[in-house]
Amino acid sequence: MKNGKIILAGFGGQGILFAGKVLAYSGLKAEREVSWLPSYGPEMRGGTANCHVVISDTPVGSPIIPNPDILIAMNRPSLDKFEELVEKDGYVVYDSSLIDRPVKRTDIKAFPIPATQLALEAGLESLANMVIVGKVLKETGIYTLDEVQKGLEKSVPPTKAALLEKNIQAIKLGYEYEG
Amino acid sequence: MAEKVLVKGNEALAEAAILSGCRHYFGYPITPQTEIAAYMAKRMPKIGGVFLQAESEVAAANMVFGAAGAGARALTSSSSPGISLKAEALSYIAGCDLPCVVVNIVRAGPGLGGIQPAQSDYFQATKGHGHGDYQMIVLAPSSVQEVIHLTADAFDLADLYRMPVMIIGDGMLGQMMEPVEFDLGKRREIPPKTWATTGTEMKREHNIINSLIMNPDDLEACVRERYKRYDYIKEHEAMAEEYLMDDADFMITAYGTTARIAKNAIAELRKQGIKAGLVRPITLWPFPEKIYQKYTDKVSAILSVEMSMGQMVDDVKLAVGGKVPVHFYGRTGGNVPYPDEIIQSVLKITGGDK
Repeated sequence: MKNGKIILAGFGGQGILFAGKVLAYSGLKAEREVSWLPSYGPEMRGGTANCHVVISDTPVGSPIIPNPDILIAMNRPSLDKFEELVEKDGYVVYDSSLIDRPVKRTDIKAFPIPATQLALEAGLESLANMVIVGKVLKETGIYTLDEVQKGLEKSVPPTKAALLEKNIQAIKLGYEYEG
Repeated sequence: MAEKVLVKGNEALAEAAILSGCRHYFGYPITPQTEIAAYMAKRMPKIGGVFLQAESEVAAANMVFGAAGAGARALTSSSSPGISLKAEALSYIAGCDLPCVVVNIVRAGPGLGGIQPAQSDYFQATKGHGHGDYQMIVLAPSSVQEVIHLTADAFDLADLYRMPVMIIGDGMLGQMMEPVEFDLGKRREIPPKTWATTGTEMKREHNIINSLIMNPDDLEACVRERYKRYDYIKEHEAMAEEYLMDDADFMITAYGTTARIAKNAIAELRKQGIKAGLVRPITLWPFPEKIYQKYTDKVSAILSVEMSMGQMVDDVKLAVGGKVPVHFYGRTGGNVPYPDEIIQSVLKITGGDK
């Protein structure tokens, strides 16, 4: 899959919007058309902070995604809210450290990964978002590791450049996770 | 070509205003446009400009009135309920023939309404706002790149025609990020502001800025003079995008972000063999009537899609003068019409179900 409509969702503070920004910048650097649309307002406090990222060869029409090809779910309310909306044969990649149920649908591809736990064990606290991005790359092939690294470099502000290496480490951790 | 960056619509607007020479911003925070104020608060002090958070929207708009009178490129921004509060000042600004730019990142109404995207301020922007016989130019960008172009043009148009220009968007456009270049596009030649109250230095007559004209004949003459300018603007400044209209036998019309969603619907309709195209007004006032009139013999029907209960649809009907049936589909309250809903609506019409 080289183009896609991605919804990322989780609690505020899990780095959902940042992960979306990395995916959007990766597309921009790879010369694809992209849009990034966050949820805003009190919805953010209801457990499903989310953003919609569209990656396309042609100019992006609707930045809002009724039915995602890829759902990245980092908490239970997000999986509950968005699972039904995923396109048939679409992907759900979710943090199984925080979500205590399997995916119900059988017509979509589900990839659990204990992202929060993996990040903690590797000393990469608060980078579960990047661990899960790594898993998304591996399973969907939407970007190469190299492409997403370029996107990451554009997404991390210069004042936080020191964190770049850890982010890359987290992406690789998710990419290489077997399970 | 400069490297493209991802920028939010609100921030792109603020930066484009600064690049266009705006050094005076007066505002009051309200979701979903607060990023404009936040960006100005951060940037203006660094470039010798003014950022001022007023005590209310009423005050902010009147500060723009003052700055505009002194010849400054002044900006204020808000969202729907805040724009209602600015209406009085906008009427005075129009009545004094002053240029300014005002941004409405529309949220759902009426009243405090909600904070999600809406287009239910179309009537207010194009026909209502303050009291009296006057108009504002209203620009409706559909992408973040277009936000940049139209913001720059808004300041030029305001100065050129000495009138308020509104940029109208919605929460989606304000909050979304897209790749952009800070290229302002074509600029216009602006005559010197000889009317501005910048001090006479004892070398010229006083410039007087005033909207109080007690003699009916004088006031009528003044308003008529202004309407001559409006007629010129209608003739020369109306803009619309025509998308896949060359072979279209069905027209969807929508503005702003709704037009983007309509494009998705059009792609799907064309797969199903329905040759749909889109007319997207870029200027809501002046309304691009002539562009609609080009298609009255070519399309079987027009569907206006809006995030409202049906406001622009009236202007579409006036433009085509009954020559083509005009239908409406809308969502409101902060809901967004999805491509599937638009497709269903088109199929209902083309299926003969009127």
